[in-house]
Order: sequence, then C-alpha cells, then structure tokens
Amino acid sequence: MSVLVNKNSRVIVQGFTGTEGTFHATQMIEYGTNVVGGITPGKGGQKHLDRPVFDTVEQAVNSTGADVSIIFVPPAFAADAIMEAADAGIKVIICITEGIPVRDMIGVKEFLRGKPCRLIGPNCPGVITPDEAKVGIMPGFIHKKGHIGIVSRSGTLTYEAVDQVTKAGLGQSTAIGIGGDPIPGTSTLDAIKLLMEDKETEGIIMIGEIGGTMETEAARWIKANGTKPVVGFIAGKTAPKGRKMGHAGAIIGGKEDTAEAKMKIMKECGIHVAESPAEIGKMMKEAMDKVVG
Amino acid sequence: MNLHEYQGKAILRQFGVATPEGVVIEKAEEALAAANKVSEKTNCTVWAVKAQIHAGGRGKGGGVKIAKSLDEVQKFASDILGMNLVTPQTGSKGKKVNKVLIEQGVYYKGASEPKEFYMGVLLHRQTGKNMIMYSTEGGMSIEEVAEKTPHLIFKEEIEPSVGLLPYQTRRIAFNLKLSGKAFKGMTKFVESLYSAFQSCDASLFEINPLLKTSDDLIFAADSKVTLDDNALFRHPDYEAMRDLSEENSMEVEAREADLNYVKLDGNVGCMVNGAGLAMATMDIIKVSGGEPANFLDVGGTANAERVEKAFRIILKDPNVKAILVNIFGGIVRCDRVAQGIVDAYKNIGKIPVPIIVRLQGTNAVEAKKLIEQSGLKVESAILLREAADLVKKVLGN
Repeated sequence: MSVLVNKNSRVIVQGFTGTEGTFHATQMIEYGTNVVGGITPGKGGQKHLDRPVFDTVEQAVNSTGADVSIIFVPPAFAADAIMEAADAGIKVIICITEGIPVRDMIGVKEFLRGKPCRLIGPNCPGVITPDEAKVGIMPGFIHKKGHIGIVSRSGTLTYEAVDQVTKAGLGQSTAIGIGGDPIPGTSTLDAIKLLMEDKETEGIIMIGEIGGTMETEAARWIKANGTKPVVGFIAGKTAPKGRKMGHAGAIIGGKEDTAEAKMKIMKECGIHVAESPAEIGKMMKEAMDKVVG
Repeated sequence: MNLHEYQGKAILRQFGVATPEGVVIEKAEEALAAANKVSEKTNCTVWAVKAQIHAGGRGKGGGVKIAKSLDEVQKFASDILGMNLVTPQTGSKGKKVNKVLIEQGVYYKGASEPKEFYMGVLLHRQTGKNMIMYSTEGGMSIEEVAEKTPHLIFKEEIEPSVGLLPYQTRRIAFNLKLSGKAFKGMTKFVESLYSAFQSCDASLFEINPLLKTSDDLIFAADSKVTLDDNALFRHPDYEAMRDLSEENSMEVEAREADLNYVKLDGNVGCMVNGAGLAMATMDIIKVSGGEPANFLDVGGTANAERVEKAFRIILKDPNVKAILVNIFGGIVRCDRVAQGIVDAYKNIGKIPVPIIVRLQGTNAVEAKKLIEQSGLKVESAILLREAADLVKKVLGN
C-alpha cells in the first residue's frame, strides 16, 4: 500500500518550466514517477519535457486527472501556489520551496482547514515510495523498497537515515520529509499516524530537531496507540540556546523543546532513541529483529 | 533579524503604538542637545539613558540609567557610550556600546502608582496562529514569571480569518486590572501593537515593561522586535536597519557568500549540506569527544567556489583543531564538493589542521577518486560512524 504517493499517483509540477522545476521533474520522470504535466502561468499550451504545460492547476486537473502536486515556486508566490492546488482539488500537495514568510503560512493553514487535501512541507525534500513514485528532490538511488516508514523534519538527515536503513538490509515503505518550517502542513504526528495505519510499514523512524513540540506530541500518541517499533533521533543536542540554526523551526525556546528533553520523553514513551545519528539504521535493524525473533 | 530598541520603537510608532519620545546618539557631545529636544516635546525633567545593543538584561550590566538632571544625562551618556557591556545575555565577553538612546523619563510621580506589565506577540506553533501573551508581572524576565507565578500569564490567540477582535483587547485590559483612561489606553495600545506585528511581518514583539504611568498613560517602555527574515523582501526599509556591527564578522562574511554559518566555541569545525544533517554532525563531534566550532550549512547548491569560501571562514577561527566535512549528495554532487576541497588546498596553501572528509550519495565514487588523485592528505570516511571514529582519532581520544 505505502502512503501518500504510489505508482498510481498522477503528479503535476507547479513551477514546471523554471530551473528547479525542470531539473527535478526530469529526475522524477527518470525515477519512474508518473508526471502528467505542469503549470507555469502564461505558458499554457506549450510542451515541456514531453508533457503538457497549463496556465492554471484547475486546467491541469481537468485535463490530466492529476491528484498530486509538487511545488517549486519562489517563496513570494508559493503560498498562492499551495492554495491554488487545494482549490483545484489536488489531494496531496508537496511544497519544496524554502523561505515562505510565516504570515503567508498562517493564511495557508487557515485556508486548508477542512479541505480534503494534505500539504507536505513547505521547506521539505518531498515524499518517496521506492520503486513507485519519487515526488521530491531526494536522490532516488539510495532508496530500496521495504517496510520501514521514515518521517523527518530535515532533508539530508533523511537521506542519511534512508541510506543506513538500506545498508542495514532493510528498505523503506515511504519516506516523508515534513520540512523544517515553524508551520508545517503535516506534523510529525500526522505522518506517524499514516505510517502506523499502513499495512506495508512494519517499523518507523522518526527524525526530529530541537524546537517546537511535534516530536513529544507524536511520542505520547505512540505510547498510547503505537503498534510498531519506532526508532527516534533528535538533531541539535549541541545547538546553543536561542540561536537560529538554518531551519526557522529549530530555535530552542521553552523547556520541553531541547534535544535532551525530547529524547527523554521519547524514551519514556517506549521509542528506541539513537544517541548518535550514526546508529539509526543499526537500531532499527535490532528493533525489527526482536519483532521477528 | 533583530532590531535595536530605538529601531523597534520607530516601527511601532508608525503604527500608532505609544512609546516614550527619544533621540539616539553616537557621540557623547550630542547628549545634551538630545535631552533638550526630548524635553521640548514632553516637558520631562527626568531622562532614561539606554545602551543600544542586541541583548537583554542591559540594566543589570549598568547599561540603563535614569538621569535626574542634564549633568547626569551627560555623565551617563559619556559612561555608557563605548563601554563594554556585559549582561546575562551577552556572554562573558560583553558587547561594545556604539549607540545610546536618550529618552523621556516615564516613571514620574502622579495621581496613581506607575505599574509595569509584560506583553509579547508571537506565533503559537502548535496551532499555527499568532498569540498575544501578557502578564500583570512586568519588568522582570517572563521565564521567571512562568516559573514562579504561571497563573499570572495570560494568552489570547488570534483567529487568522477575522484578526484581533475588540472583546479580546477588552479582556486583556480587564485581566490587567485597568479601568477608566488606562483601560481605554490599553485596548488602543493592543490593537495598534497587533496591527504593527501583522504589517511588518514580525516574528516576535516583546514589550517589557509595558508601562501604565502615574497619570494613566500606556507606553511601550522597552521593545524587543524580531522580524521574519523570510519576509524582508517585502520590507526593504527594514532590511536597511540591519546593524552589522552587532553580528559576528565571520557570520556576516558567510551570509554574503550565501553560507549559513553560526560561530560556536568548540574545537572541531564542520562543513555540511542541510541544516538537520549539520546539527546531527555537530552532535557526532560531541559524541566523539570534541566540541563543534561552528554550524555551517553549504546549502543545496554547493559548488567548488562556495566550498573553498567555507574552508576559509572555518580556518579563520583559531580554536579549530580539525575539520569534518560531511556531505550527503542529493542535488549536491559530491565530485563538485571534492573539487572545492582540492581547490581550497591549492589556493589557501598549507591547511594546518587535519581534515576528515565524508562524501556520500550522488557521485561519491568520483569524488573519492578526485581526492585520491590530488594526493591530498585527508582522512576519508564512507559511513557516518567511520567519520565519528576518525574525529576521535585526530583528537587523540
């Protein structure tokens, strides 16, 4: 089954003809993702990468039956692009764009409330279901089809976890990069719930960062409802208080949002916590061996 | 982006938020003229002389003084300008004071007692809505209030679809136990403050103390304003307020090169792509017995030139005893990063500290070949665990 995207997903690219859109759409097509077209306002009617270009998401949906969109629109226009996709009935909206103003995202969150769609990101690497669909900017070749679901706030750290899982002889059901922004469309808990319900997923890796309470919320839910082994890691143990570390979301503020506090709560909730990011794959393998053994 | 108190107040005033009159000066000779100008507008006979640095707790370090005469204004301004101000937030090295704000004294005697409150505006991340957080206990750190008297902290969440509503501003004024003129003043203050927050794309407002004067006026006696960096493209006038002297010179240089760098105090420098992996790499350094000397994210489009620049910045830090390069190639091609390392060696000359290079992902094999062929002496790792072991080795642990 996997979650969010699979071989039946019909994917459109917003910001299709731009540099980023072109590069990553090409990579996605090479991976085997079913990219059915793209949007660049003003370029409707043209062909790009052998696929139709539309002026609006609505036209693209009507003519291709698209149900997943990936957004490479510059930050100033990205909030509008997300809302356009939601309005056109796209079910899964994946926004790669980094640097969207918080005020814009507050509006987006409000706009999406109650609409039958899910936003992943912004400021994220996207979602991949190995051998079926890569809707994101991650390197496809490190992935291997399998049964470990991964949810992460960071891009390259997700790749790291994927690589370790693959090298440990396991594979991934779906890897979800939820992004590092203060207002994510999908929270860690939302993603954990999806993976917990997914039949294909047998174990879960949850990678978080300092700042916010998403991981502790997820940990408490897992304690009450979890049915699969979960390995967790929180980046930023050595980050100094009050300094911004690249991701707007990663500012240490209150008490429960330091790496230590989060790891402690996660442990109390029965999550296997990796102290070092080099041990994530190994710990997942050990946890899975126990389940089988 | 953080602003100085005087800059934050200037922005607040544009939106009708009441702040004391003030003039900022950079030379002690300007102090008297500034004080006189403030008095002409307000008839005040007491002035506040306040050091302008990006750190709280200025009063504790002697950076804020109340002057009861023009002689005192002159004396305090001369003392504070140029001083090295150490506060609980500056670290032990302190910060040099280049600017002083001469302000109307608002703690004068009158019909009632002055009263200090606290008010902050910020994003409530769990709900994705803005929130006004306020307390009857002002003038002290809000963390302290949260610890000792959490029931005296109130929160008002703002619905994005309708904005701040009048009943909410009234509730705030009631909770602060105000009445009459002060009550009206407070509802107006809160309304203006929130409209300022929205309009200028702020990520944090902290008004502490928020003052009710002895004649029932409401003033932002102090202000801490942080703007959303991602929204500065909408506000070029605010971008111009950036005070580079407040920032670490290496961080400024890094930003100009499009590198995300934060200087830290450890002994192992690191260069990584992606913020999460960069933080994880810092953690690995710690686990291996070192301390990270910096956070450095070369970003998603690292090329040879930027890698070389990053090396130069890391090497400027005399505490660095080793450098760990950890790149997980996705969009970033490892061979380009390797080329950058080779170029840096050639162009910088002798690099005096051991370098551990871990390149993984896209074109990692080509990258390894490039480095091997160059004859550079670097410690090479494939797995993250191996990199950690090499850090231990070069530190002699």
